[in-house]
Amino acid sequence: MNITAFTFKKSLVPGLLLVILVALVTLPIYGSLYNVILVTSILMYANLTVSWVLFSGSTGYMSLATAAFFGIGIYASALFLPTTGAVFPVLVVVLIGGLASSLVALGVGALTLRLRGIYFAIFTFVLVVLIMELGIWWELSVSHLLGRYVILVDNNVIFYTMLGIFVLVMLTTFFIRRSKFGLAMRSIGENEEAASHIGINVTMVKVITFAISAFFMGATGAIWATKLTYVDPHVAFNVLFSFMPVLMAIFGGMGNIYGPVIGAALFAYLQETLQTEFPEIYMISFGFILVAVILYLPNGVLGLIQKLWKRISGGKRAHT
Amino acid sequence: MPESIVTILDVAIGGLLLGSIYALIAMGLSLQYGVARVLNIAHGEFIMIGAFCTLTLYTVVGINPLVCLAIVGPVIFVIGFLIQRTLFTKLRTSAPNQAAYEGSSMLATFGFMFIIQNIALIAWGADYQAYTYLNFGVNIGGAIFSANKLVILGFSIGIGVGFYTFLARTRMGKGIRSAAQDATTASLMGVNINHVLALCFGFGAAMAGMAGVLYSMRITLNPFMGLQYTVIAIIIIVLGGLGSIPGAFLGGLILGLIGEIVTKIDPSLSLAAHYFMFLPLILVRPKGIFGK
Repeated sequence: MNITAFTFKKSLVPGLLLVILVALVTLPIYGSLYNVILVTSILMYANLTVSWVLFSGSTGYMSLATAAFFGIGIYASALFLPTTGAVFPVLVVVLIGGLASSLVALGVGALTLRLRGIYFAIFTFVLVVLIMELGIWWELSVSHLLGRYVILVDNNVIFYTMLGIFVLVMLTTFFIRRSKFGLAMRSIGENEEAASHIGINVTMVKVITFAISAFFMGATGAIWATKLTYVDPHVAFNVLFSFMPVLMAIFGGMGNIYGPVIGAALFAYLQETLQTEFPEIYMISFGFILVAVILYLPNGVLGLIQKLWKRISGGKRAHT
Repeated sequence: MPESIVTILDVAIGGLLLGSIYALIAMGLSLQYGVARVLNIAHGEFIMIGAFCTLTLYTVVGINPLVCLAIVGPVIFVIGFLIQRTLFTKLRTSAPNQAAYEGSSMLATFGFMFIIQNIALIAWGADYQAYTYLNFGVNIGGAIFSANKLVILGFSIGIGVGFYTFLARTRMGKGIRSAAQDATTASLMGVNINHVLALCFGFGAAMAGMAGVLYSMRITLNPFMGLQYTVIAIIIIVLGGLGSIPGAFLGGLILGLIGEIVTKIDPSLSLAAHYFMFLPLILVRPKGIFGK
């Protein structure tokens, strides 16, 4: 590899990222309201997916607790941003949502991250349903409410908050991947026994990462709640949000930092389009797409493109 | 008979009824996860489909719900068999290792959950529906039970015991048990593993379907009722030890009794109580009560 190509490549990626970022930041100026709302939901899914990959992608523990943390964030908004007499400004509530989620993640993680393989997935899956049931019980017998209303927030505010969380979660992922901490996470994913034998405090690394990823999920939920405006436990703790990040990550491919974002963007766009164009068969076709992705795209869209690219360009690049 | 004994009997019969339904569902999932290694998130949807088919067959065509058992069971068995034979066999052979297969097959069943739920939504609508069958009282030692409760109890225990005998006594059952212990070795010993795993998935789905047929006599149905049974089945098979059929049966009965007792105290807490029991258990003894 020669020097000019190397420096060109090195400046290409940050340049491209800057262009995308500027395009996103200025979107409310040139884009229609529909586009802003569409990109907001894409960013929501991207936040969940990237923070899911941050923990599960590297450590290899499949967490299905995303909906729990997302829902805790949503409920933070429902409690602190009610239609009558909002207590805090939106950004503070987003922070509260994130912190509450990561506190729960610390507790849950410290208890459960000893569980290996499918047990961890089962535990986190049941956790979501448990929190939902407790929420329903609480609302019915203690607060006597079926659901709660959240104040209406300007679409641009929601968009910029979501974008802010997105930038933060991307930066966090980027720096963690480059740090010693990220290396420790990956070594846990490859072989946990070996990782603990070379002196990595595996439990601490797992729990801290779990809490960091939960923070972003909670923050995303808190701002998403202002878009929902009506919240009840079924809406907030929908198991769909546990599975979507996993599927989006697989769809995009987890090999690098952009894969999950691309997966989330494509999937969310597909979902929106199906929902508006074919509302009657939207959910069914969505199910078929999920199954097809698992069956035919085990390495994601990026993996497929890379495979095709290798085939086109011959054996030359096959082993780089 | 004194009031308190009637109450205890009432809770006991109710708990056994719920427990026997749970046991059937859990035995089904135990076959699917314990042997075929597919943690079927769509398991509850087969219950829902079984229940709705019975509703239609009984109210529209006029077929006795107990006869529906013999119709719905085999149909769902074939569907389950074909799903495993085509889809999961492909996933299993292309997965790099066991853990990857378990993860991807679980995600695929999540897709199925979507598909089945929404087919049901189109076919039967989102409203709660119910029918009545054998809904008259039977007097047992002073306590009055509705007849359908006793019929459900009898049939579900019968199906459970019958299936266990099939596993324990027949040649095909032996094949299934060997695949549960070690699929690779079993296939080396001449067990047609793809066929056996497909049988397991089919039987598992059929048991869920038959549980749905039976339980539909007592509950209101809607297309989204499946998930709670899936979660309960997962809890029971972890409780009883993954892959243990007797464990699933006993675990189901125990959970049913506990659920009924909590329902007596505070009905809105009964589901939460199921999950709450599970969380400490999986932490203390992840292999389950009967697990090795």
